Amino acid sequence: MTPPRAYVDHAASTPILDSAAEAWLRASAKVGNPSALHGSGRAARRIVEESRESIADDLGVRPSEVIFTAGGTEADNLAIKGLAWAAPERPRILCSAIEHHAVLDPVLWLAEQGRPVDWIPVDSIGRVSVDDIRERLSDDVALCTVMWANNEVGTIQPVAEIAAACADAGVPFHTDAVQALGHVPVNAGLRGITSLALSGHKIGAPVGVGVLVLDRDARVVPVLHGGGQERDVRSGTVDAASAAAMAVAVRHAVKEQQAHADRVRLLRDALAVGILDRVPQAVLNGSPEESLPGHVHASFPGCEGDALLMLLDAAGVECSTGSACTSGVPEPSHVLLAMGVDPALARGSLRFSLGRTSTEDDVDRILEVLPRAVERASRAGSPTFRTVS
Amino acid sequence: MRVIAALSGGVDSAVAAARCVDAGHEVVGIHLALARSGKGQAGSRGCCTPEDARDARRVADILGIPFYVWDMSTDFQREVIDDFVQSYDQGLTPNPCIRCNETIKFAAVLDRARALGYDAVATGHYARIVESAQGRELHRAIDDDKDQSYVLAVLTPPQLSGAVFPLGDTRKADVRAEAARRGLRVADKPDSHDICFIPDGDTESYLRRHLGEREGELVDVTTGETLGTHDATYALTVGQRRGLRLTVPAPEGHRRYVVGRETGSTRVLVGPQELLSVRRIEADQPRWCGVTPPSQSDVHVQVRAHGDQIRARLLVNSEDVAVELESPLRGVAPGQTLVAYDGTRVVGSATITRATS
Repeated sequence: MTPPRAYVDHAASTPILDSAAEAWLRASAKVGNPSALHGSGRAARRIVEESRESIADDLGVRPSEVIFTAGGTEADNLAIKGLAWAAPERPRILCSAIEHHAVLDPVLWLAEQGRPVDWIPVDSIGRVSVDDIRERLSDDVALCTVMWANNEVGTIQPVAEIAAACADAGVPFHTDAVQALGHVPVNAGLRGITSLALSGHKIGAPVGVGVLVLDRDARVVPVLHGGGQERDVRSGTVDAASAAAMAVAVRHAVKEQQAHADRVRLLRDALAVGILDRVPQAVLNGSPEESLPGHVHASFPGCEGDALLMLLDAAGVECSTGSACTSGVPEPSHVLLAMGVDPALARGSLRFSLGRTSTEDDVDRILEVLPRAVERASRAGSPTFRTVS
Repeated sequence: MRVIAALSGGVDSAVAAARCVDAGHEVVGIHLALARSGKGQAGSRGCCTPEDARDARRVADILGIPFYVWDMSTDFQREVIDDFVQSYDQGLTPNPCIRCNETIKFAAVLDRARALGYDAVATGHYARIVESAQGRELHRAIDDDKDQSYVLAVLTPPQLSGAVFPLGDTRKADVRAEAARRGLRVADKPDSHDICFIPDGDTESYLRRHLGEREGELVDVTTGETLGTHDATYALTVGQRRGLRLTVPAPEGHRRYVVGRETGSTRVLVGPQELLSVRRIEADQPRWCGVTPPSQSDVHVQVRAHGDQIRARLLVNSEDVAVELESPLRGVAPGQTLVAYDGTRVVGSATITRATS
């Protein structure tokens, strides 16, 4: 018999909602390019526009400010590159040191192209200082970008205050809210938010759809050139079925946010307390009060994250080291390094992210198998620092 | 047993892992990230390319086993690559595959596997492990053309006790056929021949990038006369005749060959062909694959992978060994690994320090 498995990697991808899958199937069965002028085209366009309106209502913005993309990465790229390219006379970019790679890498790429970048430092729980940002704002800044909540340690940023400071200074502000939606209240209509990125599969929509909320007055140069279907800033046939599923998932995320947060926070707190109880040498990263309700991020001294991951996987617990890497080769997380965590300790970290389908059984399963995994992983140590006999 | 199957992305390790699964072991597939060759070097050969990692992952999928990438690049850099470059710098001729088996696959990887609760590391090497009254023995594979016991002859009994070589009793062609039968797409993937961290196969250019020029004189080993110059010691190997650019013609037109190098200098010795014929080899750092052999025994020796096997008398001291060859061997250089066999059994190995006629 296969042992029960605990999926605690919802921050990487959460199961699709039945209602979102049904909406997708329904819409995908219909023919029609939303840009076509005939009846089928109009029917497809109607699905897209109703989805757009629904999402706009849920996020506190106008329908014209909702731009469908192929995912969170595209939404972030469009905002970062688009805003920077649109303002060549304002060379500087302000970017927090703890962004997801979908933001970090476009900014690094712009830096290679000659744009000066201010990397905004964070404190020991991974939070930027609003005063620090305010001091850096000036009329030579093309954009400031700070994520709503961090994907690894879960730390929530003071987005409203940063957005207001940017508005006062006349600087466009982008925020990656991919991890935040559904877990904390997200109002994209806050004063000063120029753009906000969302991803479908983090909230129960399919992989391959995202949204960029883009202020109607924002100037953005497109990344993709073509038919200009989405407000002339995003080209490509609009995926009506995915838009429909996204609207269902956003509605669910917003309506259920408070109840969801209350429920997973209890599980999360039990997990965090249990980890420290069973593995006393563990170090929790971030701060539970300032963090997403479903996130637990812990470092295990003397262990390597990928060894822990492998042992937990074998024991039926599916989590992550927090910083996914396409090659599968773990690097110490830039987020933890920015928080001042020792690189060796950073490599021995795990992220457990709870979600809609998480249960007490999942927490029990983790706590049951974790001590043995940590004990074995600490025996294996870290290959980087171990000497070969 | 709980087995770590090292999956290189090639056909041999794929079939080896499949056989471990068939044997009822609990198997986890591991791809070793060894050389950091930069992102997406498409088209490069050897191992450690993104394509190899993907192939390895697909093998694990088909076998239904978990799959992970282990980053051993720091160990590999220090133990294998740095050692390779430094050895050439010292005028030695190293074998990085042997070093990798000695210090990475059956040391760092095996240690880690054991610490994580696994019993052994399985690879696609062509060699056999035989249980005998004297304990575990390492033997040649049945496929002479593919036999890789030479590059495993550095493994000590504790290392061999954690090694599984499922392919030793199979011919390569049959392994390919088996891979195809199992639906493994790597079945017709070409064999890798080059040093994995020098995917273009151009060792001389690689060493030139890491060591720069190493100019020196070419010296007649019998007269001491300077016959010309060279620009890189590492580009010259014992037995080489071409490309020496000698400015002084040899008497009676005898061909002259690289016969050695002055220790601690860049002076390279050239001489007549007869000097290449080696009758006695001295070597140090012996590693025995089983029981330590007696002070004198009759063996066959081999000084390179797939090289000739020569009957020899093996003389064992506490710190070093010597062999007296029954028939002469050519092209023996310090740094090469001397491997001794008793029939198909690998007795052990040592690093060549001196070869004389």
